[in-house]
Formats: sequence, C-alpha cells, structure tokens
Amino acid sequence: MSALHIKKGSTKHSAYNLRPNFSDVIETHTLAVLVDNEAGVLARVIGLFSGRGYNIESLTVAEVDHAGHLSRITIVTRGTPQVIEQIKAQLGRIVPVHRVNDLTVEGPSVERELALIKVQGAGDKRVEALRLADIFRANVVDSTLDSFVFEITGAPEKIDAFADLMRPLGLMEMARTGVAALSRGGRG
Amino acid sequence: MARQMTGARMVVQALKDQGVDTVFGYPGGAVLPIYDEVFQQNDIRHILVRHEQGAVHAAEGYARSTGKPGVVLVTSGPGATNAVTGLADALLDSIPIVVMTGQVPTFMIGSDGFQEADTVGITRPCTKHNWLVKDTDALSGTLHEAFHVATTGRPGPVLIDIPKDVQFATGTYTGPVKGGSKRYQPQVKGDMEAIQELVEALETAKRPIFYTGGGVINSGNAASQLLRELVDATGAPITSTLMGLGAYPATGKNWLGMLGMHGLYEANMAMHGCDLMINIGARFDDRITGRTDAFSPHSRKAHIDIDPSSINKVIHVDIPIVGDVAHVLEDLLKVWKSRGRKMNREGLDKWWKQIDEWKAVNCLSYKNSDKTIKPQYALERLEALTKDRDRYITTEVGQHQMWAAQYLHFNEPNRWMTSGGLGTMGYGFPASIGVQMAHRDALVINVAGEASWLMNMQEMGTAIQFQLPVKQFILNNERLGMVSQWQELLHGERYSHSWSEALPDFVKLAEAFGAKGILCKDPADLDDAIMEMINYDGPVIFDCLVEKHENCFPMIPSGEPHNKMLLGDASTKDAIKEGGAVLV
Repeated sequence: MSALHIKKGSTKHSAYNLRPNFSDVIETHTLAVLVDNEAGVLARVIGLFSGRGYNIESLTVAEVDHAGHLSRITIVTRGTPQVIEQIKAQLGRIVPVHRVNDLTVEGPSVERELALIKVQGAGDKRVEALRLADIFRANVVDSTLDSFVFEITGAPEKIDAFADLMRPLGLMEMARTGVAALSRGGRG
Repeated sequence: MARQMTGARMVVQALKDQGVDTVFGYPGGAVLPIYDEVFQQNDIRHILVRHEQGAVHAAEGYARSTGKPGVVLVTSGPGATNAVTGLADALLDSIPIVVMTGQVPTFMIGSDGFQEADTVGITRPCTKHNWLVKDTDALSGTLHEAFHVATTGRPGPVLIDIPKDVQFATGTYTGPVKGGSKRYQPQVKGDMEAIQELVEALETAKRPIFYTGGGVINSGNAASQLLRELVDATGAPITSTLMGLGAYPATGKNWLGMLGMHGLYEANMAMHGCDLMINIGARFDDRITGRTDAFSPHSRKAHIDIDPSSINKVIHVDIPIVGDVAHVLEDLLKVWKSRGRKMNREGLDKWWKQIDEWKAVNCLSYKNSDKTIKPQYALERLEALTKDRDRYITTEVGQHQMWAAQYLHFNEPNRWMTSGGLGTMGYGFPASIGVQMAHRDALVINVAGEASWLMNMQEMGTAIQFQLPVKQFILNNERLGMVSQWQELLHGERYSHSWSEALPDFVKLAEAFGAKGILCKDPADLDDAIMEMINYDGPVIFDCLVEKHENCFPMIPSGEPHNKMLLGDASTKDAIKEGGAVLV
C-alpha cells in the first residue's frame, strides 16, 4: 500500500480534516481579553494559541486596573470564522479570564500601534525622510548627524506604509508595540 | 474562621474542611512538612502508591466511582513529572482531581535546585488550572479555590505547587467560602429558547436518537435519572460513548449499545440515518464521528454541553445548549410534558422497525472455540458470573477495553472506569485500587491486557499493603492486540514490535507479592476459575490465556463514515483506504 505517503490533511478521508462543513475564508480579528493580573496568565493565553495551533499576528499586554489587578491582552489573530469562535470559547475557559470581546464584530473600534523607526542616511535621503515623517505626523525622538529615530502612532497599516517608504531611505531598525484597541462610543 | 497555623497544617485542615477522606501519594523531600502533619492525624487515610502515576490514576478511579474529587499528594521534581500522564488523562476525560506537589523553597526557585522542576509550567496545558503558592497566607484560599475549580463546570484536574518554606511558615487559615470562588462560576442553566426549539424538533422527528457521553455521569446521579425518564417517556433510541456507559441502563429497552469506532452496528447505523441527533454531554470525538464530512448527513443536531468550547468544535450543530446536563434535562422534560408529551409515534414505529433489522445483524457474534478461550467468551462469562453483584469495572487500553465495553453491561453510572480520551495504558490497575478504596466491600475487577497491565504492575505492593482485594482479569494474548490489529489492517501484516516477549509467569508474580495467581487456558475451566477469583478474599492476578489472533469488531475503519463498518466475518484486507492510513 502506498498509503503512508499521503500528506496530513490532503484528503477529505482524514479524520484530522475536522472542518469539512465550515467556511475556509480566513478572517483577521482583534480580541480584547480582560484577565486577572497574576503570575502565568500570559503563558496560559499564549500556550493556548501554540498548543491548539492558532495564529498570533500581534499581542500586547499591560495592567489596566491596578486596584482590581486586571490586565488587558489585545490579540490580533487570523483564522476561519469557526476557528475564531473556537479561540474565543477556549479563551473564555481559562479561569483567570474575565471577559473576551471580539472588537472586529462587536461594532466599530479604534486600533492604534506605536513604532520606533531608526533611519540612517545623508543628503537628499535624509531630507526626504524628514519630509515624509512630517506627512505621517511622525516625531523625531532622537537625532544624530546621520540618523533619526522616528516615533509614529497609528493603525498598523499606516505604520506599514511609513516603514515601506523609509526602507529605501535607510531604514535600519524598527520596534513595534503591537495593537491596542478599544470599541468606539459609550459601550464598555 | 481565621486561625494561625503552618502551611503544612493548612493543607491537612483544608482537606478535612473539603470533606476529603482519602489521599493517594508518595513522600519526598519537598513535601516532608505536609507528610509530618499527615502522620499526626487520623481523619484522612493516606494510600502509599508505588509510583506517582499510580497515585493520579487511583485518584481518578476514586473520583469516577464516587463523583467526589480525587486527591493526590506528591513531591517536587520527579514526583510532579510522574504525575503528568495522570493529569493529562483526567483533563481529557473531565475527571475532578486535586494534586498537591511540593516545591523547592521560594528563594531557590529558578536555581536548578535538587528535585526542582517548573511544575506549573509543565502542567499548565494538562490541568484545568494550576497555582504556585508563594505566600502562606494565600495557601488556604488557594486550596479551597482549587477544589471549587476542579469540581465546578466541566470538571478537571487542578494542581497546587507548594514550596517547602511556605509549608514551614505560619500564616492565617480561612475556611471554605460557600458557593466557591466568585471569579469561576460557569453557567448551569440552559437557554430556554433553545430548549423550546429542541422540544419542537423532538416532537416532530421521525428518526430521533439520543447520543450521550461522560457529561451525563459528571453531572451527577440526578442527570442519569432524568435521562432515563426522558428516554423512556419519549421512546427514542439511545446510544452512548465509551465514557457514558451506565448513565442509561444496558438492560433498558431503548438501549442500542455503545457507538463509535468499535461501537455496535445498530448504534452507528442509527446515528448515520437519524433525522434528529440529541447530543447530551458528549463531544463529537474523532472515535465517534469517523469521517466528519459524512457524519450523520441528514440530521438536525442538538448539543447539550457545559463547556461552550465543545459547541461547534468538530461538528456544526443546529441547536446548541450550554448548560449542566441535569439542569437542562429537567427544563427539557418540563417543557415537553407541558406541551402534551407529543412524539411522532408513527415515525418512531418505523424507525424502531429499521433499528430492529440492524440489530438482527447481531454484530457482536463471534466464532467460539472449545480449544482456546476467545476473549469475547471470557468477558461474556465474566458478565454472567458477576452481573448480580455490587460490581465496579476498570480497564486498561486496547482490544480488551473495547471488548469489555461491548460485552459487559452497565446499569448504573459510576460503575465503569476507563481511559477514554488519552487512552492511557497502565490506567486500569491503579484505578481499580482507587475504586476499591472508595468501595471496600464491592467486587472491583480490572479487565486488562497483559501489556497494559505491566505498565503499572508495581501497584501490586499497594494492593497488598492496604488489603485491597482487586481482581486483575488479564486477557493475555501475548500481543499489543490493538497495535497488531492495525498493523494487520494497514501495514501489510508487518507486526513491528507488537508482541509481548519475555512475559512473567503471572501466577508466580502474584505469589511473589503475596497475592493469588490463577492461570486459565481451557474454556472448560473458565467458569470455575472466575468463581475462584471472585471468592478469594484478596488481590488476584487472573492470567487468562486467550486466542492470540482475535481482532476487535465491529470496526469503522479510519477515514470512513458510520455506515461503512467492518463486521467480524468481513474481509479486512484493504479495508482502510489511502486516506485513512495516516490516521490513528
């Protein structure tokens, strides 16, 4: 039998191909997860994603309520609608998780990310970098005779666009915070 | 009531306050202060196992047979890592277990100290939740929360890692809080609109089926009683997963037997052909569904489960109901009765006629022999000779486990302890010890294969020390039977490392431990030998030499839907097609 040469999941006969009736459209969702700020809680969330084979595109975490010991984890993830639903249900099962909000489906939301971008260059390229930074409302937070460090805040796409423009102008290094997001309006 | 005491004393006090009567454990350097407290009291019995894996499986056996959480106490490092298999087993089968591990002192954590392991890190993915307690004042609260988390919602194993300095230090003890920790309160009541929708579907269905699982047993005795009432009143057929056997009695008139890969023909055919499937506390495991895109293609599906992540995980359902089985069934029955107890009787009659045709296939028939003991025959005789007794069955994992599920009958919940999700060889013997601890006068039998049984045979010492008359009924085919079966079906009969060579003489082995050994190889002697085993007051190793080449049928080959079953006399050659061969 040539059976053992078959790739996992390459055939519908596979019991591991567990999602035959579900949509295979890949969506990007931003999830806000409110957790108790206790040891190991981030490891639980990340371990869930790695252990069950989910994707993390971006992840930020920080304490948001010192008195209540609450932290907010913002995760940008990709998957089919069914996988996204699983991720939310699995997150909800973690004992120190208080709430999981899917900002992508629960109405409009704002997403912001901060990046620090180091650009090295001289002459025209240096002038052009500074001009583009002005257009993108990026601030210069460090400067030498042949380099700048820009600080830029915005939606991830805006940072991507700025970084793409800086690349031919001498982009050396970049640090990004990952996405922080909140729903718009008076909703909690 | 707040009191000052050492962390070690808090552990014992918290166990008493939680109503714990039995702890399975093994001492070591990092838990000595707790063992010192265990020594100085008489309320909690400590069962010394011979390996920490055995402690967790014994606690599982205790938990599954009583509905109470099983408790384990082991040391740091190797004590904790040896417990990991048991934790993973309990997680997949949703068994409430509380494991306490010792740890090196807080100031040594991270220094690679003697017998140090990152226990919470290692056990995070195989526990429902775990804690490292770094402050004695937080210990009692954590212990009580651990019991709450283990037993509430979908049950599961939890672990508390307690550094040695936390055990020595004095702190404030607080008792359990009524209702448990506020931050973990899963929903138990089902959504009434969804329940209403399910009742409407039930009233009109022509071919309904109840598909039940371990969730019914975990929900408690009331859930089993409500299930019986619902099934008998509606007249619909019922099948169950391996984990759910006993919730509905095997003698009940609507019982179809177990479903799944080695389930009964009538159960699987009914699942395939139904028009309404009501999943109660089961999780569409891959051993149940077979090929998912051909799973019960013409049915509406309802799913009652306390864990929201079980809904739509594998199979899309039309009527999801998140809640505790007993709560939901109570509401379901109420609504169905108040609407006039309607069913589509005409449809049901036709459905039962069809099911009776499937039953007539008699899928569990096998060719008996008067020369060698067929494993099926051994279990039929075991059933006949023990069914009227106060009997608990545990199993190891493999062919014997499937045969036990097929040929033994369970009429009450909590009587059947088996490793379903993880499929842990070596589970059954220590589990039988845990069951016997909880039910000292009952007949506790571990149906085993010789290979599985050897994996935790060191627990013979435990059985002897604590005078636990567990019966080890070993179906000895000198093979890893299920592995051989798969090698025969899809690896060209190349039996790579799947035979048991250099087996011990089980009778002498029993005698070496001070137990009784019985060897039986002639079908004519079997009844007498089984009776000798039952009547012996003490642990018995029963070495039942069975037919070596017997395969376990019926079988749904991997990658096939429910209506493509292999029966005992079917040709098995090339039964598994290319796609199925990559599966387990």
